Amino acid sequence: MNLTRNKLLKAPTGIQGFDEITGGGLPQGRPTLVCGGAGCGKTLFSMEFLVKGAMEFNEPGVFIAFEETEPELTTNVSSLGYDLDDLVARKLLVLDHVHVERSEIEETGEYDLEGLFIRLNSAIDSVNAKRLVLDTVESLFAGLPNEAVLRAELRRLFRWLKDKGVTVVITGEKGDGTYTRHGLEEYVSDCVIVLDHRVVDQTSTRRLRVVKYRGSAHGTNEYPFLIDSSGISVLPITSLGLDHEVSLERLSSGVAELDEMLGGYGYFRGSSVLVSGTAGTGKSSLASHLVQTSCSRGEKVVYFSFEESPRQIVRNMKSIGIDLEPYVAAGLLKFHSTRPTFYGLEMHLTSMYKEIKDFKPSVVIVDPLNSFVTGDNQQEARAVSMRLIDFLKMNKITGFFTSLTIGGSAVESTDIFISSLIDTWILLRDIESGGERNRGIYILKSRGMAHSNQIREFLLTNNGIKLEKVYVGLEGVLTGSSRAAQESKENAELELLQQEIEQKKYSIERKRRALQAQIEALTAGFEAEEAEIIKKLESENALLERYHSNREIMGKSRGFSGKTK
Amino acid sequence: MMMKYYTTDDNMVEDAWILRLYVAGQSPKCLLAFANLKRICETQLNGKYKIEVIDLLENPQLSKDDQILAIPTLVRKLPVPVRKIIGDLSNTERVLVGLDLMPHNS
Repeated sequence: MNLTRNKLLKAPTGIQGFDEITGGGLPQGRPTLVCGGAGCGKTLFSMEFLVKGAMEFNEPGVFIAFEETEPELTTNVSSLGYDLDDLVARKLLVLDHVHVERSEIEETGEYDLEGLFIRLNSAIDSVNAKRLVLDTVESLFAGLPNEAVLRAELRRLFRWLKDKGVTVVITGEKGDGTYTRHGLEEYVSDCVIVLDHRVVDQTSTRRLRVVKYRGSAHGTNEYPFLIDSSGISVLPITSLGLDHEVSLERLSSGVAELDEMLGGYGYFRGSSVLVSGTAGTGKSSLASHLVQTSCSRGEKVVYFSFEESPRQIVRNMKSIGIDLEPYVAAGLLKFHSTRPTFYGLEMHLTSMYKEIKDFKPSVVIVDPLNSFVTGDNQQEARAVSMRLIDFLKMNKITGFFTSLTIGGSAVESTDIFISSLIDTWILLRDIESGGERNRGIYILKSRGMAHSNQIREFLLTNNGIKLEKVYVGLEGVLTGSSRAAQESKENAELELLQQEIEQKKYSIERKRRALQAQIEALTAGFEAEEAEIIKKLESENALLERYHSNREIMGKSRGFSGKTK
Repeated sequence: MMMKYYTTDDNMVEDAWILRLYVAGQSPKCLLAFANLKRICETQLNGKYKIEVIDLLENPQLSKDDQILAIPTLVRKLPVPVRKIIGDLSNTERVLVGLDLMPHNS
């Protein structure tokens, strides 16, 4: 038996993320129930299903509106950039407003809904539609007096639509304890999607859940979704596994000394970096260095700021010699500033996802990450952070997060809720001594690389961040002016020692020279003596010679030679 | 195909009733509705009426004008206001109420 032939075919919705959750879209040729409370996005969901179907998948659609008129619908979705009039003119879409007015109707005997069937059939055939939306068929319950007839006819309708092979979306208003007010789920058993609009802590979040999908695996979680100027986007985040690829490529932190501390090369590309510290320890400055170095290589960066406005960041970073403005102008750097309380965590995540998907950066900065934690939503904040980190890792994006720790509490403990997800964790801390508050930096952990165990002093200069070695000695860790004092003290001592050495060197040289002079004098004396002795020897030799020659002469003159004795 | 049934003498009177019956083919319900309608008109309207029968199977696009969902549906076009009566018209009393030929409370 050929299994693939019997596999359930799916009609892609084109809704961002939704097709990923459902493994391809809605069940093709079958009805799907989309239900939820008022204002949860049912109509928009179904409209996007039709519009995307018509524009991207070449599947014309029919929208049967029981509540809104055609012009109303057209206006409502034009804010999403959908031109329904154009689609209608191109015969890719049919909009039909079915109006049922109970007060005009008098029931006088047996009837059926053949009129609706004929109407649907004619609309479907007019554009050869593959998709149909009934929004919302429950209006019929209010408009028609005989519920028994209506229920029988609805059952027949869905059977008929299945036979016709169109993919149908039926919307339904959420009932009390049931998915829909009139129990539509009874007729639509293939796929049920629940949309929800929830308000927690005064912030609202839209969520979507696939309750049922006959014949197909699907993500069962509640997925947050967003409605904005480009329609619906759903985030299939928690379905991610731990199977992302890793990179050996290194990414400079923008601070040479910090790179040096991180095994000489900086962070790993695609890793997650957390910088935590109390207020004013230079977290954003460190982030800006990463922005600068990445942008100067031509890489894109998104900077999510939850505390400062873009202009403020640009101005502040100029003070340490980092000008971010040209990168913004060049389209390499994008700021995304929102207040943490602007909307719920899920919505933040969704909007961040969207921004990242659209901009495709290689580095993402979140400053600060823990601004999400308000009150006792730590669990949720942790989940959101994990999803964000997972998402970045999946896309091989380097994530740089800052975390504001509360003064007085142990820095390590306050961040425990995300520390396990972080690859490189840098701690910035205040070192108070000698009436000064100085900044110290150290690397708490950095997975997969040799890293420095030193605490360095962290200086914010006009030319960016400088890391100085702190003085560690008998008097403890010294920073700031104490370190400077200690250093100058050491310098003075060193100079003294240097002078001594110089002096000793000089005296030795002098001694050597004296000795040399003595040697020279002795040699000279000896040479003079030697010359004298040679001279003497020469004259004595001459004397001796003369003596011999005189005796010879004398002998000759006596007539015999040598035989005188 | 639109069929028109006029009164026997075919003379249109000023205050004539215009009734439109929507059907789908020759189903028993539709045939019964037409028969019932003719009978009621004969007895109640004294020849001052016009019946149009519209078969939606032949003219499906016409269902839109009068927002027809149920079959059969009788629409009273004139006199205004427009009234809609659904069903096979076998409950004569309800038909008369629907056509305003009998007060609601009776």
